[in-house]
Amino acid sequence: MKGKGNKFFVILVALLLMISLVAGCGGGTSEENPATDAEKIAVGINVELSGGVASYGSNARDGAVLAIEEINAAGGVLGMQLEPIVRDCKSTADEAMSVSAALAGENIVAQIGPLTSGDVQGSTPVMMENKIPLIAPAATAANVTVDDKTGETKAYIFRVCFIDPFQGTLMAQYAADELGAQNAAIYADTSSDYAKGLAEYFKKTFVEKGGTIIAEEGFVKDDRDFNATLTKIRSKNPDFIYVPGYYQEVAPLIKQARELGITAPIGGGDGWDSPDMVSVAGGDALNNAFFTNHYSSQDTDPKIVAFVEAFKAKYDKEPDAFAALGYDSVQLLVQGIKDANAADSVKIAEALAKITDFEGITGKMSIDEQHNPVKAGVIIEFKDGEQVVRTRIQP
Amino acid sequence: MIEFIQQLVNGLSLGAIYALIALGYTMVYGIIKLINFAHGDVMMVGAYVGFFSITLFGTNILAAMLLAMLFCAIFGVIIEKVAYRPLRNSTRIAALITAIGVSLFLEYITIFILGPAQKVFPSSAFPITEYHIAGISILNKNIFVFISAVVLMLILQYIIKWTKTGKAMRAVSLDMEAAVLMGISVDKTISITFAIGSALAAAAGVMVGVYYNTINPLMGIIPGLKAFVAAVLGGIGIIPGAMVGGFVMGLLETMVSGYGNSLYRDAVAFGVLILILLIKPTGLFGKNTGEKV
Repeated sequence: MKGKGNKFFVILVALLLMISLVAGCGGGTSEENPATDAEKIAVGINVELSGGVASYGSNARDGAVLAIEEINAAGGVLGMQLEPIVRDCKSTADEAMSVSAALAGENIVAQIGPLTSGDVQGSTPVMMENKIPLIAPAATAANVTVDDKTGETKAYIFRVCFIDPFQGTLMAQYAADELGAQNAAIYADTSSDYAKGLAEYFKKTFVEKGGTIIAEEGFVKDDRDFNATLTKIRSKNPDFIYVPGYYQEVAPLIKQARELGITAPIGGGDGWDSPDMVSVAGGDALNNAFFTNHYSSQDTDPKIVAFVEAFKAKYDKEPDAFAALGYDSVQLLVQGIKDANAADSVKIAEALAKITDFEGITGKMSIDEQHNPVKAGVIIEFKDGEQVVRTRIQP
Repeated sequence: MIEFIQQLVNGLSLGAIYALIALGYTMVYGIIKLINFAHGDVMMVGAYVGFFSITLFGTNILAAMLLAMLFCAIFGVIIEKVAYRPLRNSTRIAALITAIGVSLFLEYITIFILGPAQKVFPSSAFPITEYHIAGISILNKNIFVFISAVVLMLILQYIIKWTKTGKAMRAVSLDMEAAVLMGISVDKTISITFAIGSALAAAAGVMVGVYYNTINPLMGIIPGLKAFVAAVLGGIGIIPGAMVGGFVMGLLETMVSGYGNSLYRDAVAFGVLILILLIKPTGLFGKNTGEKV
């Protein structure tokens, strides 16, 4: 009994301490509020700068910071300058949450990032509670903006990238309409939800277009030998082979397919976008291979060319899709602030939900009722080891 | 029929690699009754040695393979001296856990030094030629993998059957204490066993590099496990069993993917392990001997 009493006391003291801390914070911010808001709009950039997907986060940050600098140089928004506050969420959902909580304390009007769907999921409760919009540059899982259980759209969560199912649909359209494929084989990474989602929607659309799926096979992460299944697919002689997955497995897979004498076109999704594709599979094997992506730095669209030049001048490297999506996230936010005509996070969120025909680097987009952008995807073809933009398909 | 022959080619190439790795497992088990779980990672180290000898010194593929075998032979002896020898008289489970520790150590030290990203095995070291015979594609790398595996196995058979060292190995395997009484240096024999087993793993590593183009620090885990199943299938501790087990596993996996469902491939591979342990725990080539008490 004695022990229990002690515990209760400790908890009580801890609670009292916490309350006093929270009260202290609240007092502090309300005093600073008017002063900072008058000149600057704080934008939180909560991205992965270390850990597993550090390259995604740092490129997105570079794109976002470039956009903010350009906007400030052109006079800012509503006469105010944007102030980026960059924080590292270390590629973990827990850290993304605590970074968001810290940023909320710094009076940000909106947060850009994190990049992966899981990290956005971590940050989401904090943003919802504080009623601050979050713009995810690259979180493609469907349930990022929509609550799985209730089916309700999360009011403060937005994104500028297309979602997983769309890529499958896009490639099915391309295979059926442009390549004239009637029989397709699917050989997907069954250990990833991403690839399974792509495969599912490819199948759906391809069948709707009157095509037949003649083989459905799977591989798992870290597989290196695809000869047996490819031999089986070869005997069925498909017009098109859909291989959604990541480059680590897809590159040797395509190489083995070509070595077995399979000449049919092969397609996939943005998981293919890596220099390793060419170094592993070789330029020859990749001919007649296509994948869907958000954008390509090789695009000749003047807007993209200008962005690529500005990015290269500042950072001395090629902007990848994440950099472009980071850039677009900031531009979309600025559009939201302009539409809301106030640097107020609740009003910005309302304005963001209504944006239509926004012209971004990664395409023209309108935000739908599930807070997903309706936008074009790019089909990229490998030609002798170079990525060439084949076409841009509007949904 | 064409498809079947093609699958046979696929299966034999894969089986040759499994067989080479399985040999190392079986040799070590035969002599000190230890499942050396670090064996797959020795294969990985061999692949990296081959990779660097090609990229840094510009050697050809055979020289790279010999260099990797030499390096790993010494490396295997060091592992045995440092990690397993101090535990020789402790429980078998202690040595087994140590083997898992060595495996993780090798994987993560490689990640620490060389990074987790995969490396592309230089294609210049082994230019690919394709032969298309009546609809069957055979690549020179299939032939290379198969022939070098068979040659290495023949050399191994020779060493074990007809040399003094081989005789010592068989003697130690049969009864360690009696072998000591006959004047055989047990420590030396065990070292040689590790050297040979590790060299075979290194050869397999270089073959995997050539065959699949890429190598990464965790590449040894899955082939290591499959080869372990192959060794158990053939009868662990029995050398011809490991060879046959390796080829059976390669063919089985290929046929399951080719004629069944590719998703069941690993389930079948490990299902075989369970079945063998239930029905004939001593393996295909095993003799039923009563446990010595």
